[in-house]
Amino acid sequence: MPERCAVIGVGQTRHASKRIDVSIAGLVREAALAALADAGLGWADVDAVVIGKAPDMFEGVMMPELYLADALGSAGKPMLRVHTAGSVGGSTAIVAARLIMAGVHRRVLTVAFEKQSDSDAMWALTVRTPFQLPVVAGAGGYFAPIVRSYIERSGAPADVGIQVAVKDRLNALRNPHAHLRLADISANKVAESPMLWDPIRYLECCPSSDGACAMVLAAEDALTSPAAPPAWVVGTAMRSEPTMFAGRDEVNPLAGRECAADLYRQAGIRHPRREIDVAEVYVPFSWFEPMWMENLGFAAENDGWRMTVSGATAIDGDLPVNPSGGVLSSNPIGASGMLRFAEAAMQVRSQAGEHQIDGARTALGHAYGGGSQFFSMWLVSDRRP
Amino acid sequence: MTRPVAVVAFAQAASVRREDRRNEVEMLMPVVRDALGECGLTRADIGFFVSGSSDYLAGASFAFVHALDAVGAWPPIEESHVEMDGAWALYEAWVRLQLGDVDTALVYAFGKSSPGPLRELLALQLDPYLMAPLWPDAVSLAALQARMLLDSERVTEPDMAAVVARSRRNALGNPNAQLRGETAVEALLAEPYLVSPLRRHDCPPISDGAAVVVLAAGERTLRLGARPAWITGIDHRIEVHALGARDLTESPSTALAAKRAGVFEGHVDVAELHAPFSHQELILRDALQLDGHTTVNPSGGALAANPMMVAGLIRIGEAARRVMDGAASRAVAHATSGPCLQQNLVCVLEASANGSDGERGNA
Repeated sequence: MPERCAVIGVGQTRHASKRIDVSIAGLVREAALAALADAGLGWADVDAVVIGKAPDMFEGVMMPELYLADALGSAGKPMLRVHTAGSVGGSTAIVAARLIMAGVHRRVLTVAFEKQSDSDAMWALTVRTPFQLPVVAGAGGYFAPIVRSYIERSGAPADVGIQVAVKDRLNALRNPHAHLRLADISANKVAESPMLWDPIRYLECCPSSDGACAMVLAAEDALTSPAAPPAWVVGTAMRSEPTMFAGRDEVNPLAGRECAADLYRQAGIRHPRREIDVAEVYVPFSWFEPMWMENLGFAAENDGWRMTVSGATAIDGDLPVNPSGGVLSSNPIGASGMLRFAEAAMQVRSQAGEHQIDGARTALGHAYGGGSQFFSMWLVSDRRP
Repeated sequence: MTRPVAVVAFAQAASVRREDRRNEVEMLMPVVRDALGECGLTRADIGFFVSGSSDYLAGASFAFVHALDAVGAWPPIEESHVEMDGAWALYEAWVRLQLGDVDTALVYAFGKSSPGPLRELLALQLDPYLMAPLWPDAVSLAALQARMLLDSERVTEPDMAAVVARSRRNALGNPNAQLRGETAVEALLAEPYLVSPLRRHDCPPISDGAAVVVLAAGERTLRLGARPAWITGIDHRIEVHALGARDLTESPSTALAAKRAGVFEGHVDVAELHAPFSHQELILRDALQLDGHTTVNPSGGALAANPMMVAGLIRIGEAARRVMDGAASRAVAHATSGPCLQQNLVCVLEASANGSDGERGNA
């Protein structure tokens, strides 16, 4: 039987388009120190460090964990570097959690970051290499046809994406760490913003952020007396499917459905909509909220948009989605998945301040990446499994 | 209590200076087929997949995404990736198998160093603000380390040449090696310096390659291989990055990982060491306390073939192979990453799941 694992410390940086006040080392250290302080621990209390980020070309540093060993107090310890595309922040946390669950370590520090201002992500995504299909359009260009397909299939009203964009930006005003703080956000404002990749408008896109997130994970016999109660990890799951395969459904990917099913099985969840109190879901373009509601089993196929329209996913709805403001409000790519996992933990630890959901006891953290093909998810609870 | 996990199959592509007819997926596919064939499994039998590779070698972001096609990810699979040598991917697989709900894992690694200027490229692994802008290349940094080692008077240039001669000779028996042959120490020492005190032969070849290891746990293992190579200890450690803060003539992270993995608790028949530069083998032998009774790098090691991101996993595969074919009952594999042996992994492989002394647990 695997050992129990709990989140006992959470930290994140202030996210901004350019954090020129810190180096990459300074950025990850800001998050790590916050997580250690939250856990009431020091560097010496950490057995191992697991770090994740998106492609190295986003900063122009090859395998930056080697350089970051000093800043993260890793000398003399095991250090692992995970990279699973956009889902990496989530899968990094899962790799760290499994070190605890396997009984290998008692306390693990896990960190994810991106400092996009040090390089150019758009360039890094479009480098032309032999034998490979160039995307040349950035992520939005890749996902726009998938969104169009979803709208056609589901018959969703044209303004669902706009509603998500407004909701998440209003939520971000309650989150002191959020990058985008658009106090004057409105449906009109989103609708009138430039159309970048039809049907995705400028204000329906995630920003490009510098930022980091960190968590301290602990085994049951290594819990400290942290400022907040532990968030127990009650399920972890990862799934992948190919980029190019005629048989796959990019709107509602099988890998995502199977990942969620595995997660719910581990946690004994039968009715996710009823049994999960709050969800932090990876929504980099507004329309992915209704799409993932279906993929995660919160809504029937083609009905995900009804959750947005009815207000179910609003901060006062029956399944609040992204009360932190989500990826639409802060997007340090490599850290975006871990922020979802960490925000879920903050909710069940009642640490979320103005975006706290009352009575949140079970929370979902979700991340995806690549061409909607890599998924990582975890469920955390205030109840020991 | 550690769940016993064993290597049940290992396959690799022949390392070559320039693989320009096949992409990474095409390099990997026959290797995956060979490894699965050896243990009689199909892709559908594998519970967990994990790979190691570097985007910077491929010259493109998300290089591992396309490589997924080499193992086939339909229906969807449970899969992970480390931006590290495949030896660390194997470590992640070993951890995953400890959870008990999955019994098999396929670990793969690939790397083509040929398209780019590897020596300069590796400077991008250094502190991006203070070191990388100076472009200290990988050979020059290794030469600094070799010079410090020679100055310590623990090692001589003939000692380094002897490592090269033995590696090339051992590689004669390895069809996947890139550099092999009989060479005399005197002849090697007559060669000019490339970056003093390193001669060209003290440095690894630039290689393109790929490798696959299949792991199994529990009762499943015994059905898959007549003589699996049990992982009785595995651990890895990193050192500080700032070169000036390290004593480059020693490898404390290797020594610590070895202690945690239980290397010192029994005789080591065979050691496969990931020492890209000749003098680094001498540092590693010290750290691992290997004496003349251990056969070191029977495959020829990284001086005979050094596909980046793969060479560490190959060390584990080669060490396991010696146990699986009965040539050794206890073998040690080592992998390294980063400038001047910054990060090191040590793995003990044995013919018996309980270890040679029958009672040791794991780190």
